[in-house]
This record gives sequence, structure tokens and C-alpha cells, in this order.
Amino acid sequence: MTTGGEALDAFLAALLVDDAAELYDRAPCGYLSTTPDGTIVKVNQTFLTLVGYEREELVGRLRFAQLLSVGGRIYHETHYAPMLRMQGAAHEIALDLIRRDGTRLPVLVNSVLQSDPDGRPVVVRTAVFDATQRREYERELLRAKERAEASEARSTALARTLQQTLIPPTPPAIPGLDLAARYRPAGDGGEVGGDFYDIFQVGVGDWVVVIGDVCGKGVDAAVVTALVRYTLRAVAVEHARPAQALTLVNQVLRRHGTARFCTVAFVRLRHAGLGWEALVSSAGHPLPMLRDAAGAVREVGRPGTLLGVIDDPPQYDVPVPLNPGDALLLYTDGVPEARNGTEFYGDQRTAAVLARERGTASDLAAALLADTLAFQDGTARDDIALVVVRVPEGAATDS
Amino acid sequence: MEIAARHNLNLAGRPDGQPMLFAHGFGCDQNMWRFVTPKFTDEYRVVLFDHVGAGGSDLAAYDPQRYSSLHGYAQDVIDICRGLELTEVIFVGHSVSAMIGVLAAAKAPELFAELVLVGPSPRYIDDGDYVGGFAEHDIRELLDSLESNYLGWSTAMAPAIMGRPDQPELGEELTASFCRTDPQIARAFARVTFLSDNRADLGQVSTPTLVLQCANDIIAPVGVGEFVRDTMPNATMVQLDATGHCPNLSAPDETADAIAQFLHRSSPARR
Repeated sequence: MTTGGEALDAFLAALLVDDAAELYDRAPCGYLSTTPDGTIVKVNQTFLTLVGYEREELVGRLRFAQLLSVGGRIYHETHYAPMLRMQGAAHEIALDLIRRDGTRLPVLVNSVLQSDPDGRPVVVRTAVFDATQRREYERELLRAKERAEASEARSTALARTLQQTLIPPTPPAIPGLDLAARYRPAGDGGEVGGDFYDIFQVGVGDWVVVIGDVCGKGVDAAVVTALVRYTLRAVAVEHARPAQALTLVNQVLRRHGTARFCTVAFVRLRHAGLGWEALVSSAGHPLPMLRDAAGAVREVGRPGTLLGVIDDPPQYDVPVPLNPGDALLLYTDGVPEARNGTEFYGDQRTAAVLARERGTASDLAAALLADTLAFQDGTARDDIALVVVRVPEGAATDS
Repeated sequence: MEIAARHNLNLAGRPDGQPMLFAHGFGCDQNMWRFVTPKFTDEYRVVLFDHVGAGGSDLAAYDPQRYSSLHGYAQDVIDICRGLELTEVIFVGHSVSAMIGVLAAAKAPELFAELVLVGPSPRYIDDGDYVGGFAEHDIRELLDSLESNYLGWSTAMAPAIMGRPDQPELGEELTASFCRTDPQIARAFARVTFLSDNRADLGQVSTPTLVLQCANDIIAPVGVGEFVRDTMPNATMVQLDATGHCPNLSAPDETADAIAQFLHRSSPARR
């Protein structure tokens, strides 16, 4: 058959042309041999074409490293040559060759070292591939990676800044009360958590302490946290009853259209005689704990419904007198739900610290945070927020 | 012992021999010395280590602050000597470790008996009359080439990090980590190495010192070796036939012979 005959002719012709010399000289990569110290002993035509040198200019005259950029030479001396000597080969090393006309040629280089039977190096064979386009692409990748890293660093910084706006740096001083608060974000604090607290004045001798937890994390949760926190501030001024304020926050959340819900413990503090009168309301939040002057600890308030889920959820106000020596603890679930293996920190440990620490509000807050963190090996798995309101013994009666 | 894991310490030779502490240079790890140390194990106690960030060292111990200058590395050398209770130490430092040894000897001269500096350079960048061999932009370019080999690094390291089910021999593991390190650390080490200027420290060290100088060493040219010899109060220089920057690999016998000659000459009383 004629077609079969033509194919055979082509096969034989190709075989004939591609003798050893052609295979070497016209190989689709630059190919050179050097002595172990790098002096060029043999190069193929492809390499000469790549670098623009004549054979006589290279062979016996130059070492391979001399064709590299200066940075490449250092890399050659400190990495490439040692690897070649130690491993007998070096693969896919990115270097820049300097052509005869001074221009740069990015290349990928593979080398093998041939040794004699006694292990003495005899000859190094090196294949050189033009990597101009690949290098450009890799540079793009590197730049993209650098941008991604920078962007991550910015977002972490943003998260921290945002968090600081949701948590007052230091609680205000309330005359006649000893206050302390602690906040510890989960993990490395790179993400904005949903826990918040706030302490503000609504009138003479009339203060509000709130603590809350918006479900979820990140910027979306932070937006809802900010909304809840500022709505609470606004409604608290007009509405003396905590349950009423919480109901209004619920309406705002429902209208906002967010799928996020939150829990809030709301305590209104009014100066009364030697002590204070607290009005406690909890919208699905862990109930505050009260330690009295005798050291007995109990939960105060009545559980209401969390905010943002149903219309007009029931909320309850419970009056709680605060006498000198009493301490009221508000906290988020990061405290009792701290875990060690399968075990939770729990309410009992919380109550025990509260009963034990009879010093200042700050001592108590610090002790509880430290104990909770120690329980989970120093790293908070969830955000922890806590506020301690203590009426000092022999509290002043001014406002 | 914490320092052993930190620096991947390897001890060989006579336990009661005078200690020889070998320090590798920028780029690779203690395996750079594997052809040289056999010459000394009969007589000396040979101590090998990796700088933190290189070879089999504990990468987690890399502290950018501590290693932002060669002094951090010099302190490591001192810590190793004290940790192993080494005295009369013969310090053999290649490339940047030559200067690390000079800094260590300046800070704790009582620890060191002799220094052997292989391809030392107190400053790589030209400065007025001083010819270090490089311009500032050359070093910038080196940092670039390190970056260009960044991508190759991550894929090459992946199998080692994930562990190999076929249980490779130790030898393979060693070569897998040889010359490979975290690119961030390599870049930082390159910066510290090639931007350092320790010319003023040379005069502080009167420990007997041997400078081993190669031919055609683009990283530490002959003029730089001579500068080190002439500036240190108690230094001699031996010019090797070996070419390049790594005679410990390319001419281990010549390198070891030159060191042995120096040690026997400088303290003839020793056996």
C-alpha cells in the first residue's frame, strides 16, 4: 500500500537524520557537560543559541556559574553545587543565565554528577530549559500569595479593631460600686467573636450592665453585635424595665432581617440606701450569679427567651437587692462550656470561684478567667466575657 | 537535653578528645562536613550541629528577633559549648559560620582554643576601598533567586512532611532536608548573612586562627581572605588548590589535611 510505504519512508528518514550527533546538538533543551569544578567541556547547539555565545568562547574557558547572574552564582555555590555533590543530582533549580548580549534568560536547570567507581566526581551533565514564561507565571503566583498574606494580616487587624469597639476598654467607675470586666476571644483572636458587654449610665444613681452573645463569628456577627449593643443603649434610656428594653431589641432584630439570634442578660442598677436595687432580666442568657456577704451563691433572675427568633418572646424582670459585700457575676457561655476532654467547666466550678474569691471585683474576674483558661490548657475555644459588680462593705451612699 | 534537639546535635569521635565543633554555612546543613570529619574522629571529639532553621534543627525554635543578626547564631554556638561543657574548643566554621565563630570567640574567648575559618568574609558588599565582591543590588537579586526556588521547595518538602509509608533509610531523610529549608527562614538568613559587616569584630579575637582560602571563590575572594588574615591579630592563611566556595565538599582531603597541619603546628605538645 502506498500510504504504508510513505509512512515507512518517513520513519526511516527520521531515524537516519536523528543520529547521535543530531540528537545531542538539536535537542529541545540546552545541554552541557562540565568538569566537577564547573569548567565547560562540551555544549550543544541549542545551548549556544539560547545564550548567544560561540562554542570556542565557552569550552575550556568559562565555568557554568560564570554564565549565571550574580545572585544565581551565590545560589549555585551555596545550594546547587553542594546538592549536586551530596545527592549526585539537582533538579528543577530556577536560575537566570546572562546571555552574551547581557540580557537575562530565566531557566530551569537539572544536573547529574557522574562519579568513577571510587566515588570521585568525573563529569557534571546539565540540561537547561527556557523558563521565561513559567518564571513570569510563578512571579504572579508569588505576588498573589504575598497579597493574600497581607490581606489576611489586614483582616486580623480589622477584627481586633472591631472587637475593641464592641468591648469597652475599661468599665466606667460607678460611685458606690466596684466593677470589673474581662474579655478573652477564642483562639488567637483573629476573628471577631459574638460576645459583648456594656456598662452605661441612664440617670442619677441609675446604671445598666448588659452582657450578651450573638450567635456566630466574623464581620456579619459583629454587625448584629453592634446593632444590639447600640439599640440596648438607646432603648434603656426610655424604658425603665429591662424586659421592655429586651422586647424592643427583639423587634429591631426581627425587622433587621438577620438570621442571627442573640442572648442578653440585662441588669438595671439603682442606688437604694446603703446598697443597690438590681432589676435582672435574661433573654435566653445564662442567669447571673449572686454571692452574698455570707458567701452563699445562687442564680438570680428568671429565664426568658432569646432574641431575634420569635415575635414578642416572654421576658421577666426579677428585683434583686444588692447589699454591701454582695457580688453579682454576669458571664457568657464561654465560661461554663469551657471543655477539658469531654468534661465541661460547668456552673459548679464557676460558683466555687465566686464563693472563694472575696477580694475586689477585679480579683474575682481575674481569678475566674484564669481558672477557666487553665481548665482548657490556656487557650479559649470559645469567647469568654464576664462582668463583676460588687458592692463594697460599708459602701458610700453618694451617687 | 533541649539543645540537642534544637540543633540536631551529633557527637562522634573520642569522648575524651579535645572538642572540634563544626559549623555549616548559609544554604545547607551539617552534612557539609561529612567528608571532612572522619579525618578527626580518631583524635578529637567531633561535634556537629545545624543552625536553627537549617537541616534537622527544630524549625519551631526559629525566633526572627534572635536571629536578626549573627550575634543570635554566635550565642547559639556559646550555648552549645556550655551545654555540652566543652572547653578548649576548636571551632571550624564554613562561610558565614566563620564570622559566627569570630563573634562567639569575641564574646566568650575562654571557650575557644583555635578557630578555623573556611571561606570567611566579614563583609560581602563593597565599601570604599574594601572589596567584598558584591554590590547591594547583587544581594537583592540573591533574595529573588531564593524566592524563585520557593515553589519547588513546597512540593519537594511535601512527601517528607507527610511521612513516607515505605520507611526510607536515614540517609535518604538526611538528603531530603539537605539544602532545603523554609523559604522565609532562608531569606532571613540570607539577609543577615550577606548584609552583615563584622570587619570591626576581627581585631577583637586573638585566638589562634587559620583562614582556609579557595581559588575562584566568588563568595569569598582571595583579597577578602587576606583582609581577615591581616586584621586578626593571630591568624595565618593557607591557600587551597580547591576551587569554589565549598572545599569541604569539593576537596575534603585537602581541607582536612590543612586543618590537621594547623592544629598540630599550633599546639605541638598535643598528640
